[in-house]
Amino acid sequence: MSKVPNMPKSWREETKPHKFCPGCGHGLILKALGEAIDELGIQDRVVFGCDIGCSLLSWDFFNVDAVQTHHGRTTPVMTGIKRARPDRICIAYMGDGGGYAIGSGHLVNAAARNEKLTVILANNCNYGMTGGQMAPTSLPHMKTETTPYGRDPEVTGYPTQGPEMVAAITRESAYVARGTVANVRQLKNYIKKALQNQIDGTGFSFVEALSGCPTNWSTNAKDTWAFIEKGMTEYFKVGEIKDPAKKEA
Amino acid sequence: MTEKPIQGEKRVFMTGNEVVAWAALAADVDIMYGYPITPQNEVMHYWTRLSPKYGRGFLQTEDEISAGFTTCGGVLSGKRAFTATAGPGNMLMQESMTMAEMMRIPTVLVVQQRGGPSTATVIYSQQEVTMTCFGGNGEGLRIVYSTSTHQELFDYTIKSFNTAWKYRFPTFVLGDGYQAKMRESLYIYDPAAKGIVMEKTVPYLGQEGTPGVDREPQHLRNTYNTEEELNEQVNNLVAEYEKIAPEVIEYQTFNTDDADIVIIAHGVVTRAAQAAVKELRKQGVKAGHFRPVTLRPIAAKELKAVAGKAKKIIIAESAQGQLEKLVKDAIYGIATPLENYFRPGQGITSEELVDLVKKGM
Repeated sequence: MSKVPNMPKSWREETKPHKFCPGCGHGLILKALGEAIDELGIQDRVVFGCDIGCSLLSWDFFNVDAVQTHHGRTTPVMTGIKRARPDRICIAYMGDGGGYAIGSGHLVNAAARNEKLTVILANNCNYGMTGGQMAPTSLPHMKTETTPYGRDPEVTGYPTQGPEMVAAITRESAYVARGTVANVRQLKNYIKKALQNQIDGTGFSFVEALSGCPTNWSTNAKDTWAFIEKGMTEYFKVGEIKDPAKKEA
Repeated sequence: MTEKPIQGEKRVFMTGNEVVAWAALAADVDIMYGYPITPQNEVMHYWTRLSPKYGRGFLQTEDEISAGFTTCGGVLSGKRAFTATAGPGNMLMQESMTMAEMMRIPTVLVVQQRGGPSTATVIYSQQEVTMTCFGGNGEGLRIVYSTSTHQELFDYTIKSFNTAWKYRFPTFVLGDGYQAKMRESLYIYDPAAKGIVMEKTVPYLGQEGTPGVDREPQHLRNTYNTEEELNEQVNNLVAEYEKIAPEVIEYQTFNTDDADIVIIAHGVVTRAAQAAVKELRKQGVKAGHFRPVTLRPIAAKELKAVAGKAKKIIIAESAQGQLEKLVKDAIYGIATPLENYFRPGQGITSEELVDLVKKGM
């Protein structure tokens, strides 16, 4: 008899092991999300939408109803569902390309409209599925397939600060945070609070998760971890940016 | 319970956009998603004035990409949902409509054609035929009704929701700026008063029960891993589409039985064609008219039969051959000479068609 490792109750055992690359951060983010769903007891109410890009591999990840959409279009699909069925807990899951480039208009406007929606975005500084091109989040001087000599900020700008942007255009009812796969417990708490914000009908909620992409970064385990913990956090500050439960300073 | 928006039937004098809003209300539509573009705007204007009285929803999105995808979301959640657009907005909605094709999402999109290409005019054309029938990266697995009167705008808007939900293919009502902005008399009615039963809607996502415990989860995708897997999926979609096509196809004929000259036209141009045939018959000319109501799927067999008997076919449209492509495809193999009357972005009158026929005699 094979022993099944411990996994969140809301995970779908039949689709495990998952299809992400070894060392990919998606599995950890989805673990944090799975545990958050379990702890909040909302598995029967969640509708999960995933983008195109590596995030699409999560389409059959959970024992929750799920829909795979188009690249960048997860936010509007989930907005459409939430507007028609406010009793559902709608989660839009995407990467940095989907959220900050092709789908940025949707993210900005969903946030501005204060959609009662939870967006979870994996930031791994590149387009993973298409083979490691520059993303809005690629760090200055970072080598990618479309910046083979390093990202020149003079030419291609500086990394998009997603949560800071979302925080700037939302009112105090929004929950906005940046977590990291380097601290899954904290990430889970952020995701839980984000979902609670939706459950309470308070407002938009957004969690960016710093994540690793050893396949396209061409890094070993040690360097992958170092890049997530040190390289990325130089630009992307981990922490809560907006929390309606706390009084604003 | 809130009162029905329309009790029984009543005679009204309205613009086409207002008609669409009333039809959607009468069809028990739950929510509209929309983005401003002329000449469709008043669909939203009337919907936002009327719908709150009947507990229906509306969301103004950031663009037509979003309007299309939120409509997909609304439908996935089990609601009767629609959007309306025109021209460049129709282009942006093609992306979401391909998702609807692949995933059999019964969306309804009302298109009020404006001039093209590009921004062109906000007024009128029939230049969105190819895009509405075949837009997107795929096979055009959709149903397109081309309306010609306000009565039809009302009838077919209601019908489009039933067609969409019965067959689960994205369904389009293809109007135009003339129909959108013109005022005309028609009867609006409660579908039930006419014995029309609205198809039941079912949630694709978010049904009752805990997935994995009480029921299987719904996992919907539009991505396939191999050529074979995709080929099989598309073959299945096409087979299903071809199976339902004979039930869906609609067309009208006017004096085609003994016609030497057959005018083929759709949408609002059918009115000119019908009037021209009447006039030509008065003058002793054996003219007839074939009007496809569904442009996709089109009544190919019927069209071929009519075209095959005629001595000459005239295709009249406010576009540069978009209807012609559909017709040629349908009547392939027929030797009947073909003449075109293309007026992209411009209206066509019955006088023009009468003159054209007589000049060619």
